[in-house]
Amino acid sequence: MKRTDPQKVGCRGNAMNYALDFTPVLDGLPDLLAGCLGTLLLALGGMAIAIVIGIGGVVLRDSRYKAIRWAVKSFVELIRNTPFLVQIYFIYFALPLAGLRLDPTPTAILALGINGGAYAIEIIRGGVQSISRGQVEAGLALGLHKGLVFRLIVLKPALRAVFPSLTSQFILLTLTTSVASAISAYELTSVAQRIESESFRSFEVFGVITLLYLGLSWLMMTFFSTISTRYFSYPVK
Amino acid sequence: MGLGEFLFLLTGLKWTVALSAIGFVCGAIGGLAIALMRTSGMRPLERLAAGYIALFQGTPLLMQLFVVYYGLALVGLRLSAWVAVSIGFTLHASAYLGEIWRGSIEAVPRGQTEAASALNLKYVSRMKDVVLPQAIRISLPATVGFLVQLIKGTSLASIVGFTELARAGNIVSNQIFQPLLVFGIVGILYFLMCWPLSLYGSHLERRFAVASR
Repeated sequence: MKRTDPQKVGCRGNAMNYALDFTPVLDGLPDLLAGCLGTLLLALGGMAIAIVIGIGGVVLRDSRYKAIRWAVKSFVELIRNTPFLVQIYFIYFALPLAGLRLDPTPTAILALGINGGAYAIEIIRGGVQSISRGQVEAGLALGLHKGLVFRLIVLKPALRAVFPSLTSQFILLTLTTSVASAISAYELTSVAQRIESESFRSFEVFGVITLLYLGLSWLMMTFFSTISTRYFSYPVK
Repeated sequence: MGLGEFLFLLTGLKWTVALSAIGFVCGAIGGLAIALMRTSGMRPLERLAAGYIALFQGTPLLMQLFVVYYGLALVGLRLSAWVAVSIGFTLHASAYLGEIWRGSIEAVPRGQTEAASALNLKYVSRMKDVVLPQAIRISLPATVGFLVQLIKGTSLASIVGFTELARAGNIVSNQIFQPLLVFGIVGILYFLMCWPLSLYGSHLERRFAVASR
């Protein structure tokens, strides 16, 4: 006797009758747009922390003390060679033990900043190394203060040189914010997951927010090219 | 954490390695196709490849996995999580490797292609024997870098429900309530996989910088 697998027949029937239904997505559109703002907040907050860590790390990396140099290097290697998902879980569970009780969203911003910071150190270091020693000496010879030399002669041209790599790293950071849904931070993916679990329109929901992410990364790209023309378009020679 | 839990993590590790390997190998085949399309000189093909790359580089990997996972089910393919996730990573890796290899193909001096054409080599031989061997050398550091990114990316398969290292860690941490210990160990396991590759990548990069000076 030949048996038919009821589950298989059922699912084939389902697939043929399946009609796309975007009403849950349309109904949830205000929530989704708010989620987009949440994602932008995570991304911009993470980037701000990452820039601070990046510049600070580059300065510390040339420290007089071997222990500090070593600490910065191991921080960079450790972060760059482990998945963000594991990092965010670790930070999420470690912070309360350190006596710091944060909501998921600030925790996610911190984790994104730490992750992006490690990459920013590597990228900015490349730019700083491209500044020739003679320029720094010339600046000091002109009587500029050490901090001023670093800001005007080292940092600004270095950032200008590595700005394209920094931009693509920060776009990647924007996309990585979706992982923050794992600790239920407030952002686009977690909003989408809520709508999906209420409506079961998985493909429609995730399809639409994929397009929203595409728009967000385009927005970020415009943002960075504006910064680039605003601050870094000056003649070099 | 007992031995049993640790062995469970190692089972997860096995799946992480398998998933990365499949994603990388299948992605390499797809990526080569994308790179060749992107440099083919035929406008529609180039546009198509560029659009594919832009789509996959402009959206989160997590969304790509979700859409592939539910999209395949929608078309009526009842696939296991394992197959669906593999397809997701293959598509993702194809886009990134395609973009890396497009750059390396374009970095091979034009004179090489012209010389090969002058010798009456046809497209296949021109690519296979002249351009690609040089392009592969140029692309190696970036390719190794992407492999590290891919291994780390496989952790997202856990959110879709596939049991690999990160999800194994999640399960164990829910069992023994020591999340820091468990995720610490999981992190170390990932680090042990990725760090040697990263070192190899930067070694290649340095060697290449010396060679091209």
